[in-house]
Amino acid sequence: MSKRIGSFAVNGKKRDTIIEPHMLLVDVIRDSLGLTGTKRACASGNCGACTVLADGQPVCSCLTLAVCSQDKALETVEGLRAADGTLHPLQQAFIEHCAAQCGYCTAGMLMTSKALLDANPRPSREDVKRALSGNICRCTGYVKIIDAVLDAAQKINAAREVAA
Amino acid sequence: MTMGKPLPHDSAPLHVTGQARYLDDLPLPAGTLHAAFGLSTCAHGTITAIDLSAVKAAPGVLKVYAAADFTEMPDCSPSTHDEPLLATGTVHYIGQPVFLVIADTHLNARKAARLGRITYADLPALLTVDDALKANSRFEQGPIIWTKGDATRAIATAPQIIEGTMEVGGQEHFYLEGQIAAALPQEDGVHIYSSTQHPTEIQHKVAHALHLPMSAVRVETRRMGGGFGGKESQGNALAIACAVAARDLNKPCKMRYDRDDDMMITGKRHDLRITYRAGIDANGRILGLDFTHLIRCGWAQDLSLAVADRAMLHADNCYHLPDIRIESHRLKTNTQSATAYRGFGGPQGIVGIERVIDHIAFALKKDPNAIRKLNYYRAAEPTGPGTGHRIGSTYSPKNHIPQTTPYFMEVEDFIGQDITDALEKSSNYAARRAEIAAWNSTNPILKRGIAFTPVKFGISFTLTWLNQAGALVHVYQDGSIHLNHGGTEMGQGLNQKVAQVAAQVFGVDTAQVKITATDTAKVPNTSATAASSGADMNGMAAQNACEIIRQRMADFLANKLGLPAAKIQFQNGEVRAGAETFPFAQVAAWAYQARIYLSSTGFYATPKITWDRVKGQGRPFLYFAYGAAITEVVIDTLTGENRILRTDILHDAGTSLNPALDIGQVEGAYVQGAGWLTTEELVWNAKGALSTHAPSTYKIPACSDRPPIFNVALWDKPNREDTVGKSKAVGEPPFNLGISAFLALSDAIAATGDGSRYPSLDAPATPERILMAVQAQRDV
Repeated sequence: MSKRIGSFAVNGKKRDTIIEPHMLLVDVIRDSLGLTGTKRACASGNCGACTVLADGQPVCSCLTLAVCSQDKALETVEGLRAADGTLHPLQQAFIEHCAAQCGYCTAGMLMTSKALLDANPRPSREDVKRALSGNICRCTGYVKIIDAVLDAAQKINAAREVAA
Repeated sequence: MTMGKPLPHDSAPLHVTGQARYLDDLPLPAGTLHAAFGLSTCAHGTITAIDLSAVKAAPGVLKVYAAADFTEMPDCSPSTHDEPLLATGTVHYIGQPVFLVIADTHLNARKAARLGRITYADLPALLTVDDALKANSRFEQGPIIWTKGDATRAIATAPQIIEGTMEVGGQEHFYLEGQIAAALPQEDGVHIYSSTQHPTEIQHKVAHALHLPMSAVRVETRRMGGGFGGKESQGNALAIACAVAARDLNKPCKMRYDRDDDMMITGKRHDLRITYRAGIDANGRILGLDFTHLIRCGWAQDLSLAVADRAMLHADNCYHLPDIRIESHRLKTNTQSATAYRGFGGPQGIVGIERVIDHIAFALKKDPNAIRKLNYYRAAEPTGPGTGHRIGSTYSPKNHIPQTTPYFMEVEDFIGQDITDALEKSSNYAARRAEIAAWNSTNPILKRGIAFTPVKFGISFTLTWLNQAGALVHVYQDGSIHLNHGGTEMGQGLNQKVAQVAAQVFGVDTAQVKITATDTAKVPNTSATAASSGADMNGMAAQNACEIIRQRMADFLANKLGLPAAKIQFQNGEVRAGAETFPFAQVAAWAYQARIYLSSTGFYATPKITWDRVKGQGRPFLYFAYGAAITEVVIDTLTGENRILRTDILHDAGTSLNPALDIGQVEGAYVQGAGWLTTEELVWNAKGALSTHAPSTYKIPACSDRPPIFNVALWDKPNREDTVGKSKAVGEPPFNLGISAFLALSDAIAATGDGSRYPSLDAPATPERILMAVQAQRDV
């Protein structure tokens, strides 16, 4: 298997690292790029903990080959905050609603939710449930997670209206 | 007041930014090695040949261990030295570690672990409780039997007998963060990082394996990505394997089970068969009751005896059963060694008696809650101001003789009746029950069901000596506070609760208290963070340490100012001394300069408890936590598909230390409990291999499984016992509330029949089981 330089655009920054053709995106993100906020949990695309955004779409980074992700704009949980450190409304809402207990599913939940809100700024409770159907949380029973996503959507919209 | 505030989890800002470090995120030294186990593919057999040449030749492999490589095989058992790290001659289940690979990368270790060629001579594999019972394969000599009164006579003379059998499935923990450990060799011992609920146990087992004193082994646990009991003993093997390799190769070593390995290797909740025979009167009062538990413990003892005991200890739930007999068989099978799982046998006991109540109600065509109320323990005697009784006092005069549990413990604090009344009212239970019956009579395909489940859950470890906790608190000269305690953080918010306790003592903001990773070098001889005891015990220990330091600071300041110490008060980040106030940090600095020691340990040992597990008598619990849930469901009688429509919960957390965290625990526990009895099905094939070893085949409740209407409230009344802030433990008790989802499904199934055949639903109530139960109703 041949090693090569892989080029990735992660959270708006270009990052180069040595990759091999078999390497999974999650391993490159965590082990090569040191962005450990993205979690390995089931390693089979069933739990969503490793979700990152590729060109705005949520993907399971445990099922994605790194080599195929080089031409995509990747977003991980580390890139969710604004450059000045201001938390994304989803992050703020997850804190306020106690939407994380052990926190291991949280990065995946946040990234999936971000993709949802980017595409559908006014989701219904049903929309949120559908969007998060591939993300497992073993601690919370999901109540606070859904509340947080809906609350964040409202706050984003309110801020947009003020800006407009 | 910081205690009682609904503060978010202390790590929440780290969780949402990806900065919260779990073990797999820790940067380890360059050259860290990686370990993987090669697993048995035979459920029971003798190893006749073991060829590891391909493993040793695989890329990146540095060392391979099998039984022959040890003069003394390290043991991983938390109880009785029956879990060799690697199989020694005989394998006992499919998934048992047989050899250990150490390689340069995780992937190389795992790949090499697939290359072992092991030949087995099959032995008979006992897979089910029936197999084990027939072969008399069990832990302990025979069944444990506890009796109170004379159940046999009471049943024989009762006007009516209700009897049945129920299969109750196990449950995979599915902590999102799998099992993981790392060992770093030190000049005189080893430093272990482990995702464990029980650092002291890891320390003990690693020390034993390496023939080191415990003082040479340090174990650190910052946080877990979920535990649920699955990290009470199941992390031992990984920590020991890493420690052995680290010693032999003098390099750090890390081991992480991938999910499939994790599910194949580690133990799960005990499944069991419950047989019941109840003698009742015409109103539904239980006159005599006989339970048999056939509990499948798997290949090793692990914590099974205590789990099975706790199932017996909860066989009464909220009901006074003067004549009862409970027979418990702890059966040894060739499957994963079942282990601790949230509730620790309690839910298995409670589901049995709730089934009996439901069955009685069906037979008498009554509302199950009427049967419940008829059999409830007598309400607690009122205590407190105006009642003439001091709260929680052992020596308070009693107006009546308290009722006792099947293990002869007085039930002094029963509030199940009050909670039931309040929840029935707030959820509009009676009217909804009538409305559902009317709706069902006009809907042939979809059927709705509703059910109530009360909970009384005993709080304390049944192994009495475990009911102790320690803490270490430092106040630095700048007024910042460093707090360490023996509990571990697995998402439940324990550190935040304990920080709130400490902040309260010093009268400072919670953010001023820094809680650091659980560390056996800071607080020794800790118990597992288990049995819901984390906040109860560590909160008390921390309070003790903080009060010692506060007293020293108060004495110092009083002396300095010539005031009595009673005039010194700590509040709002300040210290008030008579008419003057000083910043807390100022007093800390003065005290330091005056050579006052601003560090203390704290300790707590739970009072009042005594327990003889062989006789089944004593007071194993300091108190009970209560709660109740009402769940409404709908089933599709053509497919068995089902949904939870609404859940109402009222749960007793005493005077909650943190209502936000407690409600989160209740919601999560309910969904997990409902998952246990509905969607989560573990299937072993005919050869004894677990077929459901990934979330693709093992269905954990997802977002859409959560009840769309979910009303959760806390019963906010102080604990009668003298617990930290008069709070109650909250980790496990609400898990049992999920039983209401199961009983609601049974109620919906019953609506498809003519009332002559009790559904006798087994758990988990998967769509297949529901469909079969509906069919059975129609076949009447």
